[in-house]
Amino acid sequence: MKDLTSWAIISITLTFLIGPFIIIIFAGASAGEALAFPPDGLSLKWYLKVFTIESFRQSFILSMGLAIFGTLAALLLGVPAAYALNRYDLPGAETIRTIVASPIIVPGIIVGLALLRYLVIPTGFTVTLALFLAHTALVLPYAVRVVSSSLNNLRSDMEEAAVLLGCTRLQAFTKVVLPNIQGGVLAAFILGFVTSFNQVPVSLFLSGPGVKTLPIDMLAYMEITYDPSVAALSALLAFMSLAIVFVAERLLGFSRYV
Amino acid sequence: MSDKYVSLSNLTLSYGKTVAVPNLNLDVVEGELIALLGPSGCGKTTTMRAIAGLLQPTSGSIAIDGRDVTRVAANKRGIGLVFQSYALFPHLSAFENVAFGLRLQKMSDAEVRKRTDAGIATVGLTGFEKRKPAEMSGGQQQRLALARSLVMEPKVLLLDEPLSNLDARLRLEMRTELQRVQKATGVTMVFVTHDQSEALALADRIVLMKDGKIEQLGTPHELYAKPATAFAAEFMGFENIFRVEGGNLVSDSGQLPLGFNAVSPMLAWRPSGVQVGRGPFSGTVSASSFAGGHREYVIDTPLGEIKADASIETPEVPIGDTIAFDLPEAAARPLSV
Repeated sequence: MKDLTSWAIISITLTFLIGPFIIIIFAGASAGEALAFPPDGLSLKWYLKVFTIESFRQSFILSMGLAIFGTLAALLLGVPAAYALNRYDLPGAETIRTIVASPIIVPGIIVGLALLRYLVIPTGFTVTLALFLAHTALVLPYAVRVVSSSLNNLRSDMEEAAVLLGCTRLQAFTKVVLPNIQGGVLAAFILGFVTSFNQVPVSLFLSGPGVKTLPIDMLAYMEITYDPSVAALSALLAFMSLAIVFVAERLLGFSRYV
Repeated sequence: MSDKYVSLSNLTLSYGKTVAVPNLNLDVVEGELIALLGPSGCGKTTTMRAIAGLLQPTSGSIAIDGRDVTRVAANKRGIGLVFQSYALFPHLSAFENVAFGLRLQKMSDAEVRKRTDAGIATVGLTGFEKRKPAEMSGGQQQRLALARSLVMEPKVLLLDEPLSNLDARLRLEMRTELQRVQKATGVTMVFVTHDQSEALALADRIVLMKDGKIEQLGTPHELYAKPATAFAAEFMGFENIFRVEGGNLVSDSGQLPLGFNAVSPMLAWRPSGVQVGRGPFSGTVSASSFAGGHREYVIDTPLGEIKADASIETPEVPIGDTIAFDLPEAAARPLSV
């Protein structure tokens, strides 16, 4: 009886997690003209059509660029920040940690509106620059969090040993600390990349005419055209995320860091 | 040979507003193996970190080989430190761990290889060059850490609790190893420990520290036989320590008449110095255990608990029975407070 109950719970959970994904895959593989489930026959035409839509191509490139460079920038800021918070007894370290984590806690709608009202409008930043800054800020908490946890596992006496062997502080960081936290840095990159790529609410406010991230572009597309291509694209993106996480898990045991 | 190879003068060390070591003066002789001994919080590790340059003194100075290094950065002092945790670099092989410091110097690859191989051979790890630290035993890791410091030919080698992470057999092995390395290289060694048996067995001289101050400084024999204070006596295994007041031995629980004249304010006996089976005093056996060469008694007396070792030749007195004992003058160690 107990066995039956736990199986039931597991089945329901998996159905809710994987079910929508399966529906999307099949909805995209429809032979018909409208988004529907079950589909009117099966074909790959919508999967192929996705690649011919010019606006999707442009927004895909923008989203990729934002995810890659936004995450890199977040790591450039986040790794030193995590190191400082971890190694030095800074006054107000807890407050800094909370502020750094706030983009996770504050709803994206609010972050987006605030950035629009107080950053983009007064400064007149271009849409691309504003998006880049916003995505960097959004990914930063993940970078700090994940890198911090791998720094916690690294004893500080290793750096002292390096210094006593002749290293400067900076050399000790590059020769001893970085090689030992590279797994954490990579994990932070992947987590940041996926977060940024799938971001909707903040990008919604900051996207401008002709400059849209892929998720926003998909929303816009659906308002006008109700064909299965959006479902096909969603399925392709889900497969891409899955592949990234799968490779990461194989390469560095991703689940240890998240 | 310099008598002041490492010289600490009026050294004050603090963490924030907490003074850990106030005004320490200590001279270490070139080529000696000196132990900083004391309980945790006595300032021994703090002192060692200051010598290494990892902690900047609040005031006072540190000189090594006649040169004031108080303001010299840790990476320019030429001091080696073997950490308690070994602090090996987990991402590097044994060879690269030892070569790490040499590679930072302007040195040819051939020279690095030669000196690293020699260093690895010194600690008996030839054949383990390709292993990562995680693939080595605790004893091997420690020898690797030792080699990593030694190849730098440091002026002073500091060791933080060098034997504490090893089991009894390895401890003996490492002890011999350290003495051999020290003889072979002549390097001045300062090691920190809270274990008096470690200090007694290894050191040429022992600095016993309490509350950041030197309680007593001497050879292991001097400290063992002639502790000067109650603190030193307790550390050296004098488990029975009493005050002397008006011809009586006094403790917090009571008193007993002293059978001889004493001028010192305190007297102490090791358990082995207490005479059991005969004597003017009596008490009740509250615990008894067989310790191989002798039997250890805990006796309830008017002075409180007294620890006494009895020969195994004498018949065992069961727990609860009365036992006669004496605190003889010959085994009494006079203490100044």
